Amino acid sequence: MTDTVGIVIVSHSKDIAKGTADMVRQMVGSEVKVAFCGGNPDGGLGTSVPLIIDAINDAWSAKGVAILVDLGGAETNSEMAVEMLEPARRDRVVVCNAPIVEGAVMAATEAAGGSSLAQVKAVAEELSAD
Amino acid sequence: MSLQPETFKSLVKVAAEQVIASAPELTSLDQAIGDGDHGINMKRGFEAVLGKLDAISTQPLDEALKMIGKTLVMTVGGASGPLYGSFFLAAGEALSHDRHLPDDLADVFGSGVNAVSARGRSQAGEKTMLDVLVPVLETLRASAGQPDLIGRVRATAAEAVERTAPMQATKGRASFLGPRSVGHIDPGARSSCVLVHAVCASLEGQQ
Repeated sequence: MTDTVGIVIVSHSKDIAKGTADMVRQMVGSEVKVAFCGGNPDGGLGTSVPLIIDAINDAWSAKGVAILVDLGGAETNSEMAVEMLEPARRDRVVVCNAPIVEGAVMAATEAAGGSSLAQVKAVAEELSAD
Repeated sequence: MSLQPETFKSLVKVAAEQVIASAPELTSLDQAIGDGDHGINMKRGFEAVLGKLDAISTQPLDEALKMIGKTLVMTVGGASGPLYGSFFLAAGEALSHDRHLPDDLADVFGSGVNAVSARGRSQAGEKTMLDVLVPVLETLRASAGQPDLIGRVRATAAEAVERTAPMQATKGRASFLGPRSVGHIDPGARSSCVLVHAVCASLEGQQ
């Protein structure tokens, strides 16, 4: 695997997170590291900071990690998870303001071409432009 | 108002128990204008705090507040985890930097309120927990050193919760409802009030 930006998918629903990851893998195979998580610490709908931290570390790449989220709590918990990473990793993880499924597929496709973290984020966020 | 280790321990215990007891009410408020998980999320978080109560209460106050914050962040499972977590993390951080209780209570509380505002990218008036926390902070500043400070804080929090009912939510899941969010008390404001009232009751009991 050449070094590419990793992708993390954070949904309130584990099924949505897994399904989105499946769609990403269909596009990029194993060229890009993809990790996902969904559900609160009890397994119900929600998100979990420890699970997000694990997913970031699973998808870790020296080029950084782009996180795609669904609704508000997923974003807030993802931002919190990023702040709780070790300092060396904290600055190389971004939360993208993009629709989760389309954003993840676009971001991963961009990442597969070897783009930088900033480029990957920009491509995902074009979906939210206008 | 002094804060001895045993006082602090019982204060945290009372606050956690009050939040846990209010879970059904928080759930019902959140079912009206949100996703209905605020009660169960807060209950999970504060049960985790109770589980660590012995470890928390043997720490210096700044570290104890940070431990409460981190526990909430790691266990709540909704946006309220990072929001309340950031409050306690920032309040603890303020105490680590030359702030002392009770003299700097308003400053320390204010650090927590600022952290909530930054984390949620939100201000008072948007039908959130800030609509209780900000008025409470104002009362802490305006009435610092007054003998009836606790009573004023209690009244401020109670009135502030009611004032969220006519507000239209512009942050969080309730904002999806637009004008239909009007007429309901905000669940986050209510949980903030439960916490503030629990601390007031605990401190009054210690006097």
